Parts: sequence; structure tokens; C-alpha cells
Amino acid sequence: MSAAPPLSASHTLDLTQPLELDGGQRLKGVRIAYETVGMLNGDKSNAILLFHALTMDQHVVSTHPRTGKPGWWRNSVGPGKPVDTDRFFVICANVLGGCMGSTGPASPAADGKPYAMRFPVITIRDMVRAQVALLDALGIERVHAAVGGSMGGMLALSLAANFPERTNAALVIASTARHSAQNIAFHEVGRQAIMADPKWKGGDYTGSKGPENGLAVARMAAHITYLSEAGLTEKFGRRLQDRPDGTKGTKTFGFDADFQVESYLRHQGLSFTDRFDANSYLYITRAMDYFDLAEEHGGKLAEAFAGTRARFCLVSFDTDWLYPTAESRHVAHALNAAGAPVSCVELSAPYGHDSFLLDVPALDRVIAGFLNQ
Amino acid sequence: MKLRPDLAVIAANVAAGARVLDVGCGDGALMAALRDARQVDARGLEIDAGNVASCVGRGLSVMQGDADTDLGDYPDGAFDYAILSQTLQTTKRPDIVLEELLRIGRKAFVSFPNFAHWRVRLSLLWGGRMPVTRLLPVAWYATENIHHVTIDDFRALVGERGVKVEQAWFLSGDASISAAAANFRAEHAVFLLSRR
Repeated sequence: MSAAPPLSASHTLDLTQPLELDGGQRLKGVRIAYETVGMLNGDKSNAILLFHALTMDQHVVSTHPRTGKPGWWRNSVGPGKPVDTDRFFVICANVLGGCMGSTGPASPAADGKPYAMRFPVITIRDMVRAQVALLDALGIERVHAAVGGSMGGMLALSLAANFPERTNAALVIASTARHSAQNIAFHEVGRQAIMADPKWKGGDYTGSKGPENGLAVARMAAHITYLSEAGLTEKFGRRLQDRPDGTKGTKTFGFDADFQVESYLRHQGLSFTDRFDANSYLYITRAMDYFDLAEEHGGKLAEAFAGTRARFCLVSFDTDWLYPTAESRHVAHALNAAGAPVSCVELSAPYGHDSFLLDVPALDRVIAGFLNQ
Repeated sequence: MKLRPDLAVIAANVAAGARVLDVGCGDGALMAALRDARQVDARGLEIDAGNVASCVGRGLSVMQGDADTDLGDYPDGAFDYAILSQTLQTTKRPDIVLEELLRIGRKAFVSFPNFAHWRVRLSLLWGGRMPVTRLLPVAWYATENIHHVTIDDFRALVGERGVKVEQAWFLSGDASISAAAANFRAEHAVFLLSRR
């Protein structure tokens, strides 16, 4: 039995006003590409603003135009799903700096050529500002909930902290209120891999294939951080990779992808370059590294939430070592100190950080329970 | 839904509109009752992720955490009441947990099964083995109750710590009974405490 595809539509919005950025610049001609699922009700009170993770995009349920794969949260968004689109109107926009239709480093600057490295360094809050402008354009004063996993969770926290009047609730999954030294370190490896690729050419690779090798290595390194050690062991162990011609996997005493895990990572890296822009990767990872919600509010995280009346729910996974439970608890304590209603739960799932995208029934229960209030 | 008897006593005695922290809130039955019947602003602390998920599903605000280690995260006097129902005897240091409850809440409700109930006494006296009764249904090696306590023990502890007993309720089965010989007759006790 295959369910009918959920009712989704893709849109673009051109902002009429320049966007004021944390870096001090004003970015003109910002375009936001977004997908909606479900129907906005008469009093515009049933919207859920869904924020995607670093390498995702607005294709929440619709088939991805470049990969042909189903939307990244088809599992959880749709009629009768935990994010029930019979009831809610889901909006998901490609973030500012992205490469799937929203303005980013590959977009044309005033001179008609791509911004490339002339694109201003943006922050998580800048991404949120762009999406608040989208809400304004849609005439939505306040969303029922802001929802996001990983980087999406950072945007949800940033929205709740910086625009407390715009959301009734925030659901933050496998995320953090600040990037740790380890988080920054992994991102830096990825960025250096891109910039060390001669095809990067200082960012001006338009018209050529760009720094595919560098971007693939960046993706490979990052992908390891999304999985758990136990998950990798279960999936691959030390098993050897069979060759395309059918010969059984063996140690070649060379540097081919002998191990299945090598082959898997190479595939992840290569397929990523078909759908993601290297400069976007630099800009978005930078924005994540700069993210420190407490720093934006005088160094005290509780201060960030001083004005909020929203409900919060923070979910972490026991095998996520990228944004471990301690990060969620840190946020929850700040929210408690600010007097905000907050729930915080660590779910057990074997898949590491990526658990939030996979089939975890307990997560479904929490999402549905929290949103259906 | 019918509340467990000790929870019904607590629910009936929390002031309307109060701020409440339910420590060891389980599936949130008491919090939901307090919210729905008395407009209480209830928060919970619960160790089991499945229970926390159930609470979130009921629209309750619950932190996953451990009474033994996580009460220190709550500021002084943040709540009108801190509630600890049938959890005291499962904590590593009941005395410290008690102090924490009265630091966080202006008042505290504490309920626990009374280990000096006559059935428990008889069971130990005649059987010579750790009692397994209706209220203590799990064998000694598997029970979560690592600090069995009697009503008189509890009174002694709060006396030593300068804690005032504002009110106490005693239960036998579902029924409330008088305070007379409660340490012998009561299966359950509920205390409302405050700092002197």
C-alpha cells in the first residue's frame, strides 16, 4: 500500500526590503525558496515553521529535484503523521546562504556574477530574520510551533529567543545553543578540505565543476559525526567490499575502498557534490560555528529567553555525540531559570545524531504529543 | 481517570493556581489532574524516558532527570510546592532529597509506603523473610525501594532537620484513617511539610 503524496507546493518569495545582517551589511534582493504542506486556516493560526538541517533544504515531503529521493522528513510530516498536515500548515524554507533557490553565495550579485566569496558571512539569526520576513509576507503573526533538528533546532531556538512574539512553541531536536570547540573543529576540517581543492579557486569556480573532491571529503568527515560508533560497527563492521564485477571483497594491499565503510563514505561524499554547493557549505558551517545564543544575550543563556512565553521541548538521543544530551539539558536549565515551560527528554536510538531523521517511534510520540496541544 | 489514593490526597490539598514541581512524576497523572482541576502550573522531573514522552503527550512540561542528582539545578523557592510521591524510599539519600524539596518549594508533599504497617511486620515476624505485600510487591533483590521507611522514622527525620509537619494523612487501602497508631495501621502516609 502506498499513500498518496502529501499535498505540498513549492514557492519563492522576493523580499522587497534589504535584510539587515549581524555582520553589519544590508543584503538586497533576497529570495527565499520554500515548500508548504497542508492548508493555512482562516485565522492563520495553524502554521508550523520547520527549519532544515545543514545539508537539507525545503524539500520536506516533495521529491528532491536533484537526487530524486523522497523529502527528508517524509517519515514525520504528512496527513496523520506526527507533524499532522491534516491539521497544520507546514512551512519550510531553504535557509539564507543555501543553494536550493534561496539567496546564497551562488546567487547573482548586483553585477550579475555569482557572489561567491563576496557573499556576506551570515549568522543563524540572519537566517531566522529572512524567515521572519517570509512569515510577514504570508501574513502569519505567530506560528503554532517552530520545529527543527540539528541546525534547524538552532534556528528554532534563535527564533524563540530573538522573536519571542512569533511562536507559541519550539521543538528542538538533537541540537544545541552553541557550537562547541569540537563542533567547530569538525567544520573546520570540512572547510579546509574544500579550500585546499585547487578547483575551489578562491570560490570563483562558476562554470566548472567546482571543488568536488574537497566537498566530498568535507561530507565524509561530517558524515562520520552524524553516526554512532555502534551504528557504524553494526552496519559495516570490518566487512570488505565486493567489487562491481562481482569478485568477492578482499584486501587489495592498495588504497582502493577495500572496506565497506570506505566505500559507503566515498559514495556519501560523491553524491553530496551533485546536490550541494561548496561555497554554501562554507557559509552555512560558518554560521553554525558562530552560533552562541548566550553570547548574543550578554553571556547568560537564561537572558536569551527572558521575554518568552512559548512552550519548549528539547529532545536528544543517547548515541548522539555531535550534540549530546548535555547540550539539550543546558538549554532546558536556562529555560527553567527563565520560567518557561520546558520538557527535556533523551531518547534511546542506535543511529547517533542522524536519529532525528530516522524511524524512532518514541520521537514520533513526543513530536505528536507536543504539537497537538 | 482515578488517581492513586496518595495522589488524590495531594491533589485535593494543593492550592489552586499554585506553582508545583512533581519530582518523580511518572506518567504525569497528578500533574494533569492539578492542571485540569486546579489551574496549577505544574512541572515535572522524571527519570524514565517513556514516562517523559507520555507527559509531553499530555501537554505537560517535564524534565528527564534524577531526583538524586538533578534537584540542584532548580533555584531556591521556585515553586509553591515540591511533591515527592512514593519516590523517597527509592532515592540514594532521602534526607538530602528532603532538604532539596524544601529548598526548591516553599512547602513539600511527601508520600511513601509505611514499612511498619502490621502486615509488613507480621510478614517479617512470622515468615522471617523480606515482606512481599500488596503495596510492596517486588522481591528484595529487584525492588526499587532501597530505603524502606516507617512513619515514625520519617517523623524522626523531619524532627531532626527542623522541618515542620503542617499536615499528615494516613491511608489504608483507598480509605483515609485517623492518626491513631498510624505507624501500625497505615499502609501509606502523606505529609505536608514546611521549613520552620
